[in-house]
Amino acid sequence: MSIIINNVSKSFGSFQALQDIELEIKTGELVALLGPSGSGKTSLLRIIAGLESADRGSIYFGSDEITDISTKDRQVGFVFQHYALFRHMNVFENIAYGLKVRPKKTRPAKKDIDKKVHELLKLVKLEELAKRYPAQLSGGQKQRVALARALAVEPKVLLLDEPFGALDAKVRKDLRRWLRNLHDEFHITSIFVTHDQEEALDVADRIVVMNGGKVEQIGSPEDVYEHPKNPFVYDFLGNVNLFHGRLDNGKLSQGSVQFQVEGVQHQQDQQAVGYVRPHDIIISRENNNKDSILAKITHIHVVGPIVHLELKRADTDEFLEAEITKEHFRSLDLKVKENVYVKPSQLKVFFPEDYSI
Amino acid sequence: MAGNVPIQPNTAPNFQRKPSNAEPAWVRVILITISLLFLGLFLVLPLITIFIQAFDQGMKVYLAAITDPEALSAIKLTLLVIVIAVPLNAVFGVAAAWAISKFQFRGKNLLITIIDLPFAVSPVIAGLVFVLLFSTHGLFGEWLFAHNIKIIFAVPGIVLATIFVTLPFVARELIPLMQAQGTSEEEASISLGAGGWKTFWYVTIPNIKWGLLYGIILCNARAIGEFGAVSVVSGHIRGLTNTMPLHIEILYGEYQFAAAFAVATLMSILAIITLVIKSVLEWKTKKQYSNT
Repeated sequence: MSIIINNVSKSFGSFQALQDIELEIKTGELVALLGPSGSGKTSLLRIIAGLESADRGSIYFGSDEITDISTKDRQVGFVFQHYALFRHMNVFENIAYGLKVRPKKTRPAKKDIDKKVHELLKLVKLEELAKRYPAQLSGGQKQRVALARALAVEPKVLLLDEPFGALDAKVRKDLRRWLRNLHDEFHITSIFVTHDQEEALDVADRIVVMNGGKVEQIGSPEDVYEHPKNPFVYDFLGNVNLFHGRLDNGKLSQGSVQFQVEGVQHQQDQQAVGYVRPHDIIISRENNNKDSILAKITHIHVVGPIVHLELKRADTDEFLEAEITKEHFRSLDLKVKENVYVKPSQLKVFFPEDYSI
Repeated sequence: MAGNVPIQPNTAPNFQRKPSNAEPAWVRVILITISLLFLGLFLVLPLITIFIQAFDQGMKVYLAAITDPEALSAIKLTLLVIVIAVPLNAVFGVAAAWAISKFQFRGKNLLITIIDLPFAVSPVIAGLVFVLLFSTHGLFGEWLFAHNIKIIFAVPGIVLATIFVTLPFVARELIPLMQAQGTSEEEASISLGAGGWKTFWYVTIPNIKWGLLYGIILCNARAIGEFGAVSVVSGHIRGLTNTMPLHIEILYGEYQFAAAFAVATLMSILAIITLVIKSVLEWKTKKQYSNT
């Protein structure tokens, strides 16, 4: 079931939550709406579900316009951030609910409902907990029940609102994998909202990066990470180091050093900012090609297999963040307050006039 | 698969070791003593006194008092009033609480204020309002007289006054409860294909049943015991427009103390019965919950 969102706008009082959103989601895709708080991603999801209505614009499921159709007729499965399980029903009854409330004509027989619920319990690996009540479940278990409940009605579209936001890191990772596998097996068109870029990059087929009610960029995880369209997308999808300088003939000049920049040869001399990921910073003890910047290590932070370094540039006193592997760190034998040379292995350039930085 | 930590029911051993941040023993003793004294003085003592005084002149007088025709008609009238007023206020309370907690609409704050009005107004004033509206010299007096409808000094007036006075109980109990519960379960129900009515019955009502029950019990207790408003509108016509509280007042005014207390015991027994029903229902639900 493909979804087309046409010029959707929504405001809450004087706050413009969504502005002219245009989006097309193909059948069977798993799409992430990624953005910071207030970007409008949850509002958009709820409008697709019918829990809110857009001020302007239209929404199509396949070729049918469903803008004015109520939620209960849209056949969507919605998974809430805080699960919204029915607290007075046990796990079994929660999952069976969608089938139980069907009008008599379309309601399956009791034994068919039982069978379906048991299948789903097996799928989410919660068979022993069928008689438990939501208050007696852990967060991860509750979320799996919520998913099973949404899947029970065989929805055409699955919508998830920050489904793993309230869970701890290990459970989140496991459920992410599980959702991805589930999607690979069942191919339901799915949209999930998240503010965690790692989650979006890990799970989604395509990512819609949103900010302030607008869509910043749409693309595959590879696309938005390697080829961000603007500083916001670059910054949101990972940490960033800024190199302010002048761009001339494919080279970004900063004081005494010049960096080669890909793909902008035709630009004339103008102010530009280079964006570099921490793991694209190369650290060395010597400045052999005279193309590196002198910097002092101010902070060393070991996180598992990666070492985070905070450095202060000698020429501008700006701070840089670098990430190197533990082996590289050990081979260089770095210590705080030592001076090293840094240079970016690749950088992306944006121009200040086009974007407010 | 993550999340396979088995959930332990509350099987923690019941150590009676005093936690280090509890109040010192003497504070606890004093607080408990004060509470028990207070309860004893203002609750238990009066209740026991009612029963003692009721049987003061023996069983015969007691039975005569409660089977007296005027007493019986007072009991019947009280029961009639409860049977009408309590369900009406329960329905109103649920509807108002549902509208207030699940929707945004203009006049919402006005509705909340109006619901609180009967609490702010003295019951005597409440009764007076109805007299001013519906008596023969009142606002609608002529119209009512022309259609031969009697409200004041008749049963309808008593029912109306009781409804007014007990209006807030169910609503005030449910509004904060439903506001705290939020709308996400209802939204989940709708997303699964249930319509408004089904959502209400299968999701909303079960979640509020204890609040609703408690509100109904309070409403019931107040309706049985209402004196001021009913006194103003009833006209005290013996055998016709006297509720139990009014009848007790009459008996007491005629110095028939034992009889007055005898009828009062009936009211106390009604109150105790409702509390017992509530406790039994709570106990049964706890049992069902802990069996899973």
